[in-house]
Amino acid sequence: MATMLDSKSAVLRDARLGIEEFNYAYAETLDAMDVDGWVEYFTEDAFYHVIARDNAESGLPLGLIYCEGKAMMRDRAYALLNTEMFAPRYLHLSITNTRALAIDGDEIRASANYTLIETLVEETSRIQQVGKYRDVFVREGGRLLLKERICIYDSVMIDNCLVFPV
Amino acid sequence: MDGDNRLIAKVDGHTGTDRGWPADETRIPDWIYTDQDVYEREIEKIFLGRHWNYVGLECEVPEPGNYIRSYVGPYPVVVTRNMDGELHVFENRCAHRGVEFCREYRGSANSFICPYHNWTYDLKGDLTAIPFRRGIKGKGGAPRDFDMAEFGLRRFHVATRGGVIFATACDDMESIEDYLGPEICAEFDATFDGTEFRLLGVHRNILPSNWKLYQENLKDPYHATLLHTYLTTFGLFVSSNESNIPTDKLGRHGGLLSRRSNGRPDVPEEDQASMQAFKKTMELNDPRVLAFFPEADSKWSGAVLTIFPTLTALRQTNILNTRLLVPRGPNEFMMLWTVFGRADDDEEMTRHRLRQNNIFGPAGFLGIEDNEALKFLQDGVRKAMPREGLAVLGEDNEPTETIITERAIRGMYRYYRDVMEF
Ligand code: FES
Ligand SMILES: [Fe+2]
Repeated sequence: MATMLDSKSAVLRDARLGIEEFNYAYAETLDAMDVDGWVEYFTEDAFYHVIARDNAESGLPLGLIYCEGKAMMRDRAYALLNTEMFAPRYLHLSITNTRALAIDGDEIRASANYTLIETLVEETSRIQQVGKYRDVFVREGGRLLLKERICIYDSVMIDNCLVFPV
Repeated sequence: MDGDNRLIAKVDGHTGTDRGWPADETRIPDWIYTDQDVYEREIEKIFLGRHWNYVGLECEVPEPGNYIRSYVGPYPVVVTRNMDGELHVFENRCAHRGVEFCREYRGSANSFICPYHNWTYDLKGDLTAIPFRRGIKGKGGAPRDFDMAEFGLRRFHVATRGGVIFATACDDMESIEDYLGPEICAEFDATFDGTEFRLLGVHRNILPSNWKLYQENLKDPYHATLLHTYLTTFGLFVSSNESNIPTDKLGRHGGLLSRRSNGRPDVPEEDQASMQAFKKTMELNDPRVLAFFPEADSKWSGAVLTIFPTLTALRQTNILNTRLLVPRGPNEFMMLWTVFGRADDDEEMTRHRLRQNNIFGPAGFLGIEDNEALKFLQDGVRKAMPREGLAVLGEDNEPTETIITERAIRGMYRYYRDVMEF
């Protein structure tokens, strides 16, 4: 029994280490505003949803961003880089408290906390979003990819607008 | 410094009616967006005046006992549906010491108990209980002649139309229909057509700009294809779409109506040249986002209504939303976006609406740009040497199909000056 538990937690720990590496790279990609690169962290059929915590807890499905599949993410990346007008800014995304929660076949369920700090010209840095990821990872070709990332944000009152994904 | 007289801006601390509004109606002074005394006058003359203030949708309080937090102008209110199904709107301020007692976005309750000293109000806002009213052992407590009936929560008059809830402090308000006027009421009814709606969720954001700039933005068809390259890039709206810009006869309410052509519209070469970054052949990787399933009995696939003072209602393709503008001083307002579908939507239709809502909201392709532009605009009028803004495009007696125009903005300010007595 003890050995079984130990080996289970060892597997989860290994999974967590892999996911932490993944999340660090993910944050770095978004800090660089490389939204084309951001899309490549997902599987082709992935679901990406940014939802306010009050909506999520009331069972209301409206998302701030709602992408069913990588094609919709590519369209968002294209729009951000080619059509959108917004103030210049620096982005600072921190991902902490990464947890691998369960392994089910080739899927890993995981969670993490995230904080996006934005700095605009002649403004002090401020928190744009704090929230929690609920993730489903899969391994494809030896690489971890997100099959689902649901970003539930506590910072329900948005400061003006959220330009880049989290 | 050449050109304008901007260095002789008035800084005489004038208030109220002694402000000089430019004689030329195409000139709009900066001080209406920035000055505290103008803002306070708006509260009195507009939000507490002879106007219907939007406070929410019936689908946000569908069942007896449901409530939401909302606002009349800047003032926090609670919107409830009582056990008889009636809607009530009252202030979110305890009559005792003043606590803002309702702290949840939404919920269900039989009564409201103020947490400080447990004064209790029913769902109409009547005061129903005061703990230790008679004191303890005959000592203390409320005065013998204290009349609880006099100390209920201050209530607003309520009216609804098509599932939209309005409140007013005015005792002899006209009907919503008369308030909107026939032109705008017809478009309002096309969106709020009596079907039952279902709440999909609420977006909330703070916009560091004056609330009127948001009404202006949605009365401004000129910016649509210039700021929102997304629209033209993916063919959702181009200047050659059939459009109409009605206003009510007072100029306070307006509509931006447009009809999407089937397939990608052709944009004439000369228009392309004046639209920055027009991309000729862009197709979405996932075109489902822009799919359109006609659902309203209207020739217009897009209808943005600006209902004075603080409601905007949008039906764009299959997006349905209202936006409530909550002023928080002259330089800031809060926006509550209530997004809904129809009660009989199947799962696929709900998903379609959720996908399409990527366009609007505070992370939407249009939402980002409007919020950013209005922030920049407030920075300009707040920080720069005062000057008058220009609303010179178009003509007041032009055909209502004209879209390169600022007619509706001028109309709103004609009305505004009138009510504000400027
Ligand atoms: S302040 Fe509400 S009961 Fe005293
Ligand atoms: Fe806009």
